[in-house]
Amino acid sequence: MKILVLMKQTFDTETKISLDANGKIDEAGVNFVVNPYCEFAVEEALRIKERLGAGEVTVLSVGPERAETSIRQCLAMGADKGVLVNTGGLEGGDEFTTAQIVAKAIEKVEYDIILAGFQAVDDGSAQVAPRVAELLGIPQVTVITKLELEDGKAIATREIDDGVEIIEVALPAIFTAQQGLAEPRYPSMKGIMQAKKKPMERYSLADLGLDAGLVGTDGAKVKIVELSLPTPRKGGKIVEGEPAEAAQKVVQLLRSEAKVI
Amino acid sequence: MSIIKGGSFIIENITPDQVFTPEDFTEEHRMIAKTTADFTEGEVAPLVEELEQQKEGLIRGLMQKAGELGLLGADVAEKYDGGELGKVGSSLITENTVKGGAFTVAHAAHTGIGTLPIVFFGTEAQKQKYLPGLATGELIASYCLTEPSSGSDALGAKTKAVLSADGKYYILNGTKQFITNAGFADVFIVYAKVDGEHFTAFIVDRDTPGLSLGPEEKKMGIKGSSTRPVILEDARVPVENVLGEIGKGHVVAFNILNIGRYKLGAACIGSSKYALEVSIQYALERKQFGRPIADFGMIRSKLAKMATRIYVGESMVYRNAGLLDDILSGIDQSSADAGRQAAKGIEEYAIECSINKVFASEVLDFVTDEAVQIYGGYGFIQEYPVERMYRDSRINRIFEGTNEINRLIIPSTLLRKGMKGELPLLAAAQKVMGDVLAAAQPVDEGLPLGLEKSLVDRAKKIALLFAGVAAQKLGNKLAEEQEILGNLADAIIEIFAMESVVLRTEKALAREGDRAQVKAKMARLYCYEAFQRVESLARETLAAVEQGDTLRTQLSAVKKLARVNPVNTIGLQRDIADRVIADGRYNF
Repeated sequence: MKILVLMKQTFDTETKISLDANGKIDEAGVNFVVNPYCEFAVEEALRIKERLGAGEVTVLSVGPERAETSIRQCLAMGADKGVLVNTGGLEGGDEFTTAQIVAKAIEKVEYDIILAGFQAVDDGSAQVAPRVAELLGIPQVTVITKLELEDGKAIATREIDDGVEIIEVALPAIFTAQQGLAEPRYPSMKGIMQAKKKPMERYSLADLGLDAGLVGTDGAKVKIVELSLPTPRKGGKIVEGEPAEAAQKVVQLLRSEAKVI
Repeated sequence: MSIIKGGSFIIENITPDQVFTPEDFTEEHRMIAKTTADFTEGEVAPLVEELEQQKEGLIRGLMQKAGELGLLGADVAEKYDGGELGKVGSSLITENTVKGGAFTVAHAAHTGIGTLPIVFFGTEAQKQKYLPGLATGELIASYCLTEPSSGSDALGAKTKAVLSADGKYYILNGTKQFITNAGFADVFIVYAKVDGEHFTAFIVDRDTPGLSLGPEEKKMGIKGSSTRPVILEDARVPVENVLGEIGKGHVVAFNILNIGRYKLGAACIGSSKYALEVSIQYALERKQFGRPIADFGMIRSKLAKMATRIYVGESMVYRNAGLLDDILSGIDQSSADAGRQAAKGIEEYAIECSINKVFASEVLDFVTDEAVQIYGGYGFIQEYPVERMYRDSRINRIFEGTNEINRLIIPSTLLRKGMKGELPLLAAAQKVMGDVLAAAQPVDEGLPLGLEKSLVDRAKKIALLFAGVAAQKLGNKLAEEQEILGNLADAIIEIFAMESVVLRTEKALAREGDRAQVKAKMARLYCYEAFQRVESLARETLAAVEQGDTLRTQLSAVKKLARVNPVNTIGLQRDIADRVIADGRYNF
């Protein structure tokens, strides 16, 4: 079985975000990692391959050159092959443009099933994989916590409010991973040393026949007007005194100072 | 690539491309570090409290898990199921296990002094029998050198080995003391004197009849690690378990300690980073007088100094790892005596290994001490992490050769290399005397690292000057004058530290541009202060060995060499603190 995993490289979740002089997110000194939800997808792909005793796991990522390090991380975990679509300077795209690029790149890859993280921890939009499914014209089941495969079909369990939904779907299809699907393994030292020797296909946007005007900021449907950091929380106020008296004072402050009642 | 001679840094200047620095880490190196850190944080750190109680079977199980990931086999060849990750890779593993409390100690002892004797000195049969198990964690190793009456004087061991009448066994009798991992080890590397004379290493299996263990020691720190006496009463060890040659146990013991020392350096730097990280977090959370204490100058100064020493220590540890990798890469791994050649290669850097051990263990003591101070009263309470770090730190200045023994090794090895003609020390010392009389080289402070390079260069001259005087004046008696040797060692350590940080920073400035500015500030802060320490060591030493007009002439020569424009170190510390606090951890 040929398993394709769509992976996004994101900031390390412990990174403190700061803006540079141009109001853009400052990447200096930032650690980049495999998006944690994509890591669940990679792990599930590896487990499917191990269960079947055969197959091939390909990891595809769209991003700047540095995204290669995260593909290598997946190869170190045990994936067989990487595909990097290098956006080379045209990074300012959105979910729409990224899905176009991914769908185009998938034309170069054989697959029986596609897995992805249900969302990325950076922008949290959860859109790319569903859009890709639409573009490819294949079914999608999002936010899954369990996946069973039978001949030509899959049974996926997905989280919904107050319960779970169990969906049977014909393959090929796209599934997006929620926490709980599969706890990712640590890459072994042997895996790390082998990762560099594994095949990595690279495509530029031009290689995929994509017009620069349709990707990056020019092609994006969403325009970022301005980025700003959340305003730091101001310290609270503790009102002291006897409960009855203090309550009275709080009401007074809410009215006169905070002006919320 | 040309091999840099061990100890040559004292008389030669090299360029940044000749040293390995963290800026050179490859993608694999980063993945090795990350996997180890993730494993330790995910699997080990949550159990640190239970580890402290020495819960039965816990460490053993964790070691096995680590083995499955290949975290025990970095120094073992692939054909024995190891990973052959090189010394840089192996240092990264060691450095990144530090959040694992006692696990770290067990890991370092097993992979270092436990496994390496067989890696370097084992016969093919011994390697095949033991290494795959040691690399995967099925077998755990332990190193038995120290005895109740012989610590630093390791060759004074009393454990005796006598060949059995049938010639098949050595019968071992004696007691080994303070043996790390003893409680759960399967393989013991034991040193004993054949016929009470010939110091020899043996591989002793756990189930050897006559081998038993004494009770766990109640220790000040690293409480979770197993430390017990190993008692040998007519223990029958097969003759094929002799490790290396009869009477050549010292070759095994001392070479292994070299590696153990550099590994300990890596562990201490890792632990220091961890202590700095929790200190920053605490300083940001803890409020006094209505402000986080991270706002206060004295706390900021501590954080800046902690980060600076870690940066310097890290520069030294990876420089040393790079030296070892370079010399080891020239060895044909398939040759029968590859292990011995490797040990020989490592011996070349005995001075650098000792320097790292002393410097990094003292960095850790400084850092954990300041960490407790930043935590204030809470630092004294066991609920908070720095209380344990402070206690755990202390052993590092004692084991793997006390810092005093290592301080003796540094100048004596250097002098021996000089005597043997391996390093032209005498010529260098004489040249310095001549140079001092000539006009001083102007310092170009406008150049990046111009001041720092000049300080390194002049520190070398000052050290050669006072070492030369001491050697000339005291001759063979120098070996007995430990205070003088200690001063020499301290100057040599400072020079290696200064040079390592300058070379690394030069590389960082070329590659990272502006972002490396704080590194440059740390280099300046360290070099400026270290230079003054070297000067003061020179003055003290000269005053002890010379007098009268000769002394006055020598002191004025030192003074001339030591002339330096004042540096605003408080300003430097403030800038360093800003960055360290903003990053929330050591992130250089």
